[in-house]
Amino acid sequence: MNESKHPVFIAFQANNDTLPIVNAITRDNPLAIVNEMPAMVKIDCPGRLVIKRSSIEEEVGREFDLQELQINLISLSGEINEDDDEFTLSWN
Amino acid sequence: MANGKKLNLKQNYSMLTKGLDWEPSYQKKQDIFPQLEFEGIKIHDWSNWEDPFRLTIDAYWKYQGEKEKKLYAIIDAFQQNNGQFNVTDARYVQALKIFINAVVGLEYNAWRGFSRLGREFGAASPRIAAQMQAIDEMRHATTQTHACSHYARFFEGMGNAPYQFDRTWYLSIPKSFFEDACSSGPFEFVVAISFAFEYVLTNLVFMPWMSGAAYNGDMSTVSFGFSAQSDEARHMTLGLEVIKFLLEQDPDNVPIVQKWIDKWFWRAYRVLSLVATMMDYMLPKRVMSWDEAWTIYYEENGGALFADLARYGIKPPRDADVTIKEKERLSHEMWSIFYANRDVVGFPLWLPSQEEMNWMSEKYPNTFDKYYRPRFEYWKELEDNGTPFTNTTLPQLCQVCQWPCLFTEPDDPTEFSHHQTEYKDEHFQFCSDGCQHIFENEPEKYIQAWLPVHEIYKGNCILDDVDPESPDYNPMVEAIRYMGLKPGIDGGLFKEHNDAMNWEKWTERPSNIHNQPATDFVRKTGSDK
Repeated sequence: MNESKHPVFIAFQANNDTLPIVNAITRDNPLAIVNEMPAMVKIDCPGRLVIKRSSIEEEVGREFDLQELQINLISLSGEINEDDDEFTLSWN
Repeated sequence: MANGKKLNLKQNYSMLTKGLDWEPSYQKKQDIFPQLEFEGIKIHDWSNWEDPFRLTIDAYWKYQGEKEKKLYAIIDAFQQNNGQFNVTDARYVQALKIFINAVVGLEYNAWRGFSRLGREFGAASPRIAAQMQAIDEMRHATTQTHACSHYARFFEGMGNAPYQFDRTWYLSIPKSFFEDACSSGPFEFVVAISFAFEYVLTNLVFMPWMSGAAYNGDMSTVSFGFSAQSDEARHMTLGLEVIKFLLEQDPDNVPIVQKWIDKWFWRAYRVLSLVATMMDYMLPKRVMSWDEAWTIYYEENGGALFADLARYGIKPPRDADVTIKEKERLSHEMWSIFYANRDVVGFPLWLPSQEEMNWMSEKYPNTFDKYYRPRFEYWKELEDNGTPFTNTTLPQLCQVCQWPCLFTEPDDPTEFSHHQTEYKDEHFQFCSDGCQHIFENEPEKYIQAWLPVHEIYKGNCILDDVDPESPDYNPMVEAIRYMGLKPGIDGGLFKEHNDAMNWEKWTERPSNIHNQPATDFVRKTGSDK
């Protein structure tokens, strides 16, 4: 398991599609810090940030494919590990 | 398919990208992929290549199609609602001129570079990633052109981007950067662009600057910016994957990659530092300073990246500490040089207002009041007296980055940094130790640089209809025409510029929110008059 505390981040366009995604991320990552800027929301987290399909589905009330994140994604930093259920950013 | 069950993401990616190659039987592999060895990079097993996004072509088209629909809906709405007049003021539009004339050409060159990698890489999955990126880059060039084209109907200086990109003196900074990368080997290109440029640095353009565009009411630009950066997130991931792949393939790759990181970080930093000026001086309403953006996006996020790569023996870029020393002065030094040379640039210049200088004093407590405020106040006095300060000669350019030698010594903000070396009995000038170091590693490449100012003085920058022997020949006016700029129209002082006049006429709002209106159009309708 990684021990890094260096920040990873993911940023989305600030809109109605991403609000439930941001909510799901903050629920699953207690250390995440949400930085709101004009038109953009940037979420920083030390070491590791996980985005869970099931949490987003609970928020949006429908099935969600994690590749849909691409549509409103602005940028990210960290090594990516993606499968059908989780999208993870982390540093070693 | 034995059971007809839907494949998961990893299986799907594997099926659609792996095993697509065949082993050639009557041609040698080296003849099919001739560029993979001369750089000294050793690849033992291309099958270890992995795209972490696991994007396949079908998913690619699906999501790109959705992004395009969103983007063009916004551009349509912007145009239908006269959005160009709802931005903060007409100064903001001047930054878009840099975008259309400098950035679109970069995107187009990126398309060229990645198309080549889509052919040259030694396995199907990296070729697919490179091909998708090539399509992305062409998308960026076209969407940026579309988003800016609406402004070009109302404002000067935005209608001739490809012509200017190839000729205008300061646009040789981005042009020469990308052509330097495109004329490198495939592995150097991908480290230069995907890693040093995209992973380490493009967030500075597309996050804080674009957020600033939104803050100033420019729906159109922020939408293409964020839409482009969402592709960029994929490109950055490719950049990191490339680095890890190269470093894991062979320990002999490590010093080669380190050298490219050192070189291309500095090259990319010099290009992107133009954004420092766009953030601090050209956004009438600001979201953060260049200093703050550099701290977040390079020092914190870039720092995390290089800490991660330390396990391979990779160190932070050679000149990273210089960028940190420069962050408190970069935008001020650049704005000064643009202001002084405003008659030969493609957009008009202005001095920061009192409000803006106060913001800078707060954001740059160690430098602004000490070095730059007195200069701007003096220049303001000269402007008020009708004798604005102007450079009457063209600046000395750096042989590598092609910026004017406008930067100061890393440890002394009052001393211009001016380096010189001799090679084959000729003198070459540099803006910095970083650029001199790059030259000295590859002098045969960089002595070929086409330096616009040198070429102007050599008489190589005139149009065919010009007779340099005629008595009314004006070399400076002719050089400006050659560069695709309209003398007396595109540059100059903002307060006297067509854009400022037209803005006030058409919107009845001041062209500079901090100054008195430049025309009567605003005075007669202003409620406080």
